[in-house]
Amino acid sequence: MAKKKASAAKLSEAASKAMLSAIHSSAEEIHRKIMARKKPTMKFPVRSLTNVRYHPQRGFFEIAGQKKERTLTVNTVKTFAQTLRMIALSKELIENDDIATKREAYYVSKNWEDARFSEQPESDTVMDDVEAFFEVNREQLGFIPEEKGGDIAGRLIVIDHDRDTGKVLRIDCTKFGSGAYSIPISVERIEFDTNASFILVIETAGMFQRLVKHNYWKKANCILVSMGGVPTRACRRFIRRLADFKKIPVYVFVDGDPYGITNIYRTLKVGSGNAAHLNEFFCVPQASFLGITPQDIVDYKLPTHPLKDVDIKRARDAIKNDPFIRHYQAWISAIEHLLKMGVRAEQQALAKHGLNYVIDTYLPEKLKHPERFLP
Amino acid sequence: MPAPSSRRPKSSKKFQSEGPNLLDLMEAAVKQAKTQATAETAAPAAEPHQDGSESDQFPSAASDRRGGGGRRETAESMAARQREISVSEFFTKNRHLLGFDNPQKALLTTIKEAVDNSLDACEEAGILPVLNVEIQQLAEDRFRIAVEDNGPGIVKAQIPKIFGKLLYGSKFHTLKQARGQQGIGISAAGMYGLLTTGKSIVVTSRTGTGKPAHHFEIQIDTRKNAPQVITDEVVEWETQHGTRVEIELIGTYKRGRHSVDDYVRQTAIANPHAEILYTFPGDEGVQHYPRATNVLPPEPRAIKPHPYGVELGALIKMMKETTARQLSAALRRDFSRVSSRVAEEICKAAELRPNANPHLIVVNEAERLFKAINSVKIMSPPTNCLSPIGEEQILSGLQKEVKANFFAAITRSPAVYRGNPFQVEVGIAYGGDLPSEELVDLLRFANRVPLQYQQSACAITKAVLGIDWRSYGLSQSKGALPMGPVVLFVHIASAWVPFTSESKEAIAAYPEIMRELRLALQECGRKLVLHIRAHRRAVDEEKKKSYIEKYIPHIGIALREILSLSEKSERDLVVTLKDVLERSRSREPLQE
Repeated sequence: MAKKKASAAKLSEAASKAMLSAIHSSAEEIHRKIMARKKPTMKFPVRSLTNVRYHPQRGFFEIAGQKKERTLTVNTVKTFAQTLRMIALSKELIENDDIATKREAYYVSKNWEDARFSEQPESDTVMDDVEAFFEVNREQLGFIPEEKGGDIAGRLIVIDHDRDTGKVLRIDCTKFGSGAYSIPISVERIEFDTNASFILVIETAGMFQRLVKHNYWKKANCILVSMGGVPTRACRRFIRRLADFKKIPVYVFVDGDPYGITNIYRTLKVGSGNAAHLNEFFCVPQASFLGITPQDIVDYKLPTHPLKDVDIKRARDAIKNDPFIRHYQAWISAIEHLLKMGVRAEQQALAKHGLNYVIDTYLPEKLKHPERFLP
Repeated sequence: MPAPSSRRPKSSKKFQSEGPNLLDLMEAAVKQAKTQATAETAAPAAEPHQDGSESDQFPSAASDRRGGGGRRETAESMAARQREISVSEFFTKNRHLLGFDNPQKALLTTIKEAVDNSLDACEEAGILPVLNVEIQQLAEDRFRIAVEDNGPGIVKAQIPKIFGKLLYGSKFHTLKQARGQQGIGISAAGMYGLLTTGKSIVVTSRTGTGKPAHHFEIQIDTRKNAPQVITDEVVEWETQHGTRVEIELIGTYKRGRHSVDDYVRQTAIANPHAEILYTFPGDEGVQHYPRATNVLPPEPRAIKPHPYGVELGALIKMMKETTARQLSAALRRDFSRVSSRVAEEICKAAELRPNANPHLIVVNEAERLFKAINSVKIMSPPTNCLSPIGEEQILSGLQKEVKANFFAAITRSPAVYRGNPFQVEVGIAYGGDLPSEELVDLLRFANRVPLQYQQSACAITKAVLGIDWRSYGLSQSKGALPMGPVVLFVHIASAWVPFTSESKEAIAAYPEIMRELRLALQECGRKLVLHIRAHRRAVDEEKKKSYIEKYIPHIGIALREILSLSEKSERDLVVTLKDVLERSRSREPLQE
């Protein structure tokens, strides 16, 4: 045990060293250019859906290689200064083996006089820039997200270590009663023990609560995961490692609307356009779409709401621009079906047929034919 | 456009007229009172005539009466009540026609008429005007106003007529640029005062050093349209030459838009050669508008009417009253720009003998003559009847009263609408203390007189709205005045300004006038946008400079922290980087 901890520490020390030297050499390059009376530049991968490719074999959004160059000029001098100061902060965090949340980094900048950020979104953007610049995960830079990672319940034992003693902790996710296990921010050193037959990933906390309350995992021998909206990186990484570890399928159960499909499900499965350099690790290529499908709305006669303008725009954009959606005719047809009906249906709409209709009828019926799930 | 009045033949209706001609209107009313029996037949004429429909009302009213059932009246019984109404009587019932619609406007109009007269008199005499404008509040709604000038004064015999008789004046019969036009204003104001307070109009005037100062108290006899002198005495007066008019009236004094304060300020802007001391109710009490220039405006010359501008009725009248014995001579002598050749061409086109006796011209001949005039090419009228303010003077007027940091002015060359010469001028003040989040302050002037009412009905406003000010650096919502720190000064000078009504508040939108307005506004707009762009560039340069000063030290700090630089290396770095960026600064447009 002690040996394992030492090696983990060593690993992270090596990673830190590599990070520090990357920071140092890029700063040196900038310094050298300035002293040669040239304008320094920084190159960033373009962070948008237009700069990703999708290969089903590789299973995630890959960065396509477009880069934008930020040359130090009068117009960019402020952002340039802020980016460099953010890098200097990162260096300090790594050297001191410390961490800062995005919010904390924003408050640190309040010390930077004229270069301070006036709102957190500005500092978040610069942090994303730095992350993309070094093509690393922001945790490697000492920055951590604040967002909640997601909740777990069901047939899973999470193997973690006590921070002080290094002692192995076996966390049984069947024993949280009506509560749940929270996915930690960093999941790299977690291991698993499970004999569940699938992972059911759920969009809303409400639906998750219902399934936990009625011990659905017992009945279906599965692991329940609540994403609470678009899954965080930690949540995606957790599901990915868990699914890889035991080679178990991942079924996704979200609202039947463009947001559930093109934002939540797509991000879980192939990653985002914004941090494409990291998608390789933060995606779940084996995920498939259980529901609610546009066809479900018809088959189960679900109560609906009309699509809002933003829904319609999102759906059209996806058909036009999203490389993942465009790769699958099944998805294009499904979204077009939704657009044609002009309606959306929430997970909870199943309650129309009785509160536990989802447990007694909908999920069992769907799970009989996983081959029919949307890709 | 109002149609000509009823006494003209029908055929003349298709021609435009420059506004309801008051004289015609009144003559019609008077005539009607003579020919019609009952007193209430004057009522149709008493309506405010904006569309010229009055011309049709008189005959129809007459026929209605003829067609009536059982006779209640006989010609004799009606004749017993038929009598002449004087123009003054007419106006006591129709004061809104002259701008006395409400107490606030009455106060403004009274002061305006007196100031117009004073400035006109000073300029005609070649005297740089010094005006004293006083408003004394006697009670909540009772005021005593006084306007005193250093003009040439008025000879004793004329004083009662000028101030106690409507339609008595020097300006109506000449064609040249002046503030007053018809000789109604000041006597109407005096009448209004008399009507509301019972007090006489008080006039003091002296024509020069060594001459006596005459002091009059005058009332207008509205029946006879004749002055009634209450007091006539010689007094001690310290003023060397000039006139002082005092009127007591019921009114309302308010500040802000449409106020007398605003009127006086705008008058000072448009008349930078005048010095005005303005005393008004309230704590501050006195405002002094100093003179900005010692140059008097050029003296406008009186011109004869241009054939293109004359209406059929006026043409008939001119032919009847001409002193010439032959038609061609009448045309040559009584109109401007008619040479013998042109006169002959007109006669030929009208199929009239050039040596015909003009006094014997009958209506259908006059009609032919009228049409012929408009078919012959005649040179534009002379423009020395105009006295524009001039670009320099507009600038000095604006600079004196508006706290801005950019000024521009344009005086267009004279142009002609319907035979009347006119000239458009535009001034613009931008920036400085002017509010940038408000609509532009549009100041309209006709013959140097501020126009404060009926903004939306005015050709000037229409022209301003018709321009896309966004291309001149201002923001503008659809169908609205542009927004920005701007005072827009627009002046139309003309021997005959085509007002849309007698209260002289809005200018009619003749195509020629609209065109000149548009061109002048655009020319000023181009000057403005050059300034705005240059100003923006300067601001951008400042910003860029400050960016460099502000943010480069942080690049130094960050690199020192990452690379553990010495303080000296950091300093070198900052100095070098500042220099590199300074050099390329001006080449890069600022992006935000």
